[in-house]
Amino acid sequence: MFFYFLKRLGLVIPIAISVTVVCFSLVYLAPGDPLSAILPSDASIELIEKLKKEYGLDKPIPVQYVIWLGKALIGDLGTSIATGRPVSSEIGRAISNTLVLAFFGSAIGFSLGLAFGTIAGYKQGSWIDKTVTGIAVAGVSVPHYWLGMVLVIIFSVILGWLPAMGAGPSGEWAWDLEHIKHVLLPAITISVIPTAIVTRTVRALVADILGREFVTALRAKGLTDRGVFIHVVKNAAPTSLAVMGVQLGYLMGGSILVETVFSWPGTGFLLNTAIFQRDIPLLQGTILVLALFFVGLNLVVDLIQTALDPRIKRA
Amino acid sequence: MNTPSIPEKVVAAATARGYWKSVFFRLMRDKVTVVCLLVLLAVVFMAIFAPLIAPYDPFKGSILKRLLPFGSEGFPLGTDELGRDMITRLIYGGRLSLVMGITPVIAALVIGAFLGIIAGFMGGHTNTAIMRTIDVFYAFPSVLLAVAISGALGAGIFNAMVALTVVFIPPIARVSESVTTQVRSLDFVEAARASGASSLTIIRVHILGNVLGPVFIYSTSLISVSMILASGLSFLGLGTKPPEAEWGLMLNTLRTAIYLNPWVAALPGTMIFIVSICFNMLADGLRSAMDVTQ
Amino acid sequence: MTGSAQGDKAPPYPPGARPILEVRELRKHFPLKTGMFGQGAGTVHAVDDISFSVMTGETLGIVGESGCGKSTTARLLMRLIDPDAGRVLLDGKGIAEPAPTGLEVRDARRQMQMVFQDSFASLNPRLTIEDSIAFGPIVHGLPTKQAKARARELLNKVGLAPERFAARYPHELSGGQRQRINIARALALEPRIVILDEAVSALDKSVEAQVLNLLLDLKKEFGLTYLFISHDLNVVRYMSDRVMVMYLGKVAEIGPVESIYGRTAHPYTTALLSAMPSMDPGKRTEAPPLVGDPPSPIDPPPGCRFRTRCPHAEEICGAGDPVLALAGEAHHVACLMMKAGSGHSKAPAA
Repeated sequence: MFFYFLKRLGLVIPIAISVTVVCFSLVYLAPGDPLSAILPSDASIELIEKLKKEYGLDKPIPVQYVIWLGKALIGDLGTSIATGRPVSSEIGRAISNTLVLAFFGSAIGFSLGLAFGTIAGYKQGSWIDKTVTGIAVAGVSVPHYWLGMVLVIIFSVILGWLPAMGAGPSGEWAWDLEHIKHVLLPAITISVIPTAIVTRTVRALVADILGREFVTALRAKGLTDRGVFIHVVKNAAPTSLAVMGVQLGYLMGGSILVETVFSWPGTGFLLNTAIFQRDIPLLQGTILVLALFFVGLNLVVDLIQTALDPRIKRA
Repeated sequence: MNTPSIPEKVVAAATARGYWKSVFFRLMRDKVTVVCLLVLLAVVFMAIFAPLIAPYDPFKGSILKRLLPFGSEGFPLGTDELGRDMITRLIYGGRLSLVMGITPVIAALVIGAFLGIIAGFMGGHTNTAIMRTIDVFYAFPSVLLAVAISGALGAGIFNAMVALTVVFIPPIARVSESVTTQVRSLDFVEAARASGASSLTIIRVHILGNVLGPVFIYSTSLISVSMILASGLSFLGLGTKPPEAEWGLMLNTLRTAIYLNPWVAALPGTMIFIVSICFNMLADGLRSAMDVTQ
Repeated sequence: MTGSAQGDKAPPYPPGARPILEVRELRKHFPLKTGMFGQGAGTVHAVDDISFSVMTGETLGIVGESGCGKSTTARLLMRLIDPDAGRVLLDGKGIAEPAPTGLEVRDARRQMQMVFQDSFASLNPRLTIEDSIAFGPIVHGLPTKQAKARARELLNKVGLAPERFAARYPHELSGGQRQRINIARALALEPRIVILDEAVSALDKSVEAQVLNLLLDLKKEFGLTYLFISHDLNVVRYMSDRVMVMYLGKVAEIGPVESIYGRTAHPYTTALLSAMPSMDPGKRTEAPPLVGDPPSPIDPPPGCRFRTRCPHAEEICGAGDPVLALAGEAHHVACLMMKAGSGHSKAPAA
């Protein structure tokens, strides 16, 4: 198992490096100088040259990449052009907020998804199944940013029960009612797609397992429903966990839309600001952190799935 | 002479109709899919004939008449924040939203299928080179990648579509490669090789017909995601720019209006939702219709 | 004991006859990969230096358990896989060897065709029957119209009315019908040799009988040579003139069908035959014919492959690979018991 982990790690490293290359070079996709966005158009040549030197933009691009990567590995992601604060601390603060959102979103999404999916799988073909499948399709088809708006309309504007924006009074997370009220709508919004996907996956898995001959054989031997259920869980676990892991990755990496709707101060919101202010260091840093997190998460999911599924051969 | 073991009538019927026709008939029998297809056709129709159908000019509005509610006189679905008629804006909005949603998928289908089929058929180092490169882009969550590329390129319709195409090429390439690899190992491909055919002929006659079907079906399931993402990019300000009519952009500009006229503000999203569901159900229905014959 | 000394390796066919196909020391090993960090986990010795010949106009049956290398041999002959070593000679010309003594693979493929086991997977589900059959001739330059005409003609020959079957799709037909089509497809290129790789194994017994008789009729009509690969000993006996028994990538025994079935020489063949269930209650098998697990073809141990399960195995059997020795009229066995002076206690004196 350990060697398998090393082997997977070995495969991941080239991907991770390529990801950093992509993150770095994204900025150079845009026409024009990265600096042109922040400087006034009549800036003097000396000023431009001085700033170039300061940001290391006068060196050739591959060199810039290596310097940037080197600094990133020790945690120095540069300074935000807009706020002047270190990028790493900005990201650090933002990521803790996104983690909170992702936590609640996945808690809701996974529990509902597992419940719905299992029920639908057991009651295949019935009206329950059809309803659940219908909800799942709707869940995957709904533009979640719109859903967020609708929820805000219903619960904030019309009913006034929940706040429409922000993460709470202090911008920092705490486990009290005020903060819960703030996270509820964003969490529900962001949980819709994972719920739908987990429901669909679990339903298909459960239905497939229940239909297999070994289950019929076990039942014929007199195994109780509870016993069968344990078998279902064991067989469905590896893939379900894998799907949930991937969804968690999407929750973290793809939170920008929901965070924008609710002005939730997470990494997505940060990304939004960075794009519009053309804050290059912040942009590069945020994308890098999110992408590498996703890569790392996929590796963990892969390892868990291998550990749980006895059919996969390990080196 | 031996007699066929399948009832004559059934066999004759199936042959008479041919493969695609039988798919079509099976599709027609699924009522839900038919409804979705009709809805989509209606939306597309409206988008194409927008100038003829829409009651007003989508760009002209009167500030005096801003944010009128449903059922206002002359404006059954109300007006937006600049006083423009919602019905008109929604009809015109369909144009850009549909184009921005469908075009990237088509582009990604062409490029991704090409890459995947080559990788799957050639195998070996070619396969590794192509698929590892694809894996790098697969390592990003799709929303992040779309936003990052779009943000890097700058706002605009074309840039947003490029970003989305890049997002969709990896999954399509992966599916193409996997299907091609499977088909390539089937006996009839071996038999084709055994009859001395060249690789190009084998791909053309035996592989393409069997691979493009599943790949196409998979791609149709991506359309709804593409539309949501495209409108999402516009919602963030990275896609269409005002004063264009596009559903995602409309959601953005109407956001602040939710306190004044909430339901009008929610309309554009409803359209995205409806079209998206219809595409998904259509894709599902198409998949079932094509599966049985295989 | 080892090596290919001319005396012992006398070509296993009756002197004076002409082989249409000659296989010399054909070898194919598959390395087992374990990925980036692990070294190779061994090699599968699928086909290990086998030699045999096929006479013009005969049916050579090839039998053996799963994993003995029969299908790999077929694919090596068709050059669908490239061998690691050895030569295949068609009419004396080496396949894939340069001219003038060699024969190009493409030309060889026009003369040798194969019918596969899975009747459904052998046909492109998207093509009509007619198109599937006509594909080969079209590839080799025949105009489409003529190719389709030939396809319809062949459908007639295999017993399927062209008016009813030419425009159909594979999924609309039964297994037996599909195999007939596969046979028609194989014949479309007017080959001289047809390799039948478990061609009837997946069919119901009654259909199997029909297809076998069809094969015999076609062989007579077109003057074909067959390589009939199967694990079903009864069918092989019915169809073959000569039989080759394979075990773990090597030839155990080869000879005329009456010799193989009547005067069995190799212990493995004896075991195979005794394992066949019989309708006669008097011929009940009491003891299992073979004990021990079949060894895997991965990195086989030295010496005779069969010795781990052979009731007559002795220490000398582990010393080196037994070479084919004459055991009767045109009947060769790779067993030390048959080889004079081999050192085995049951071998005849030198």
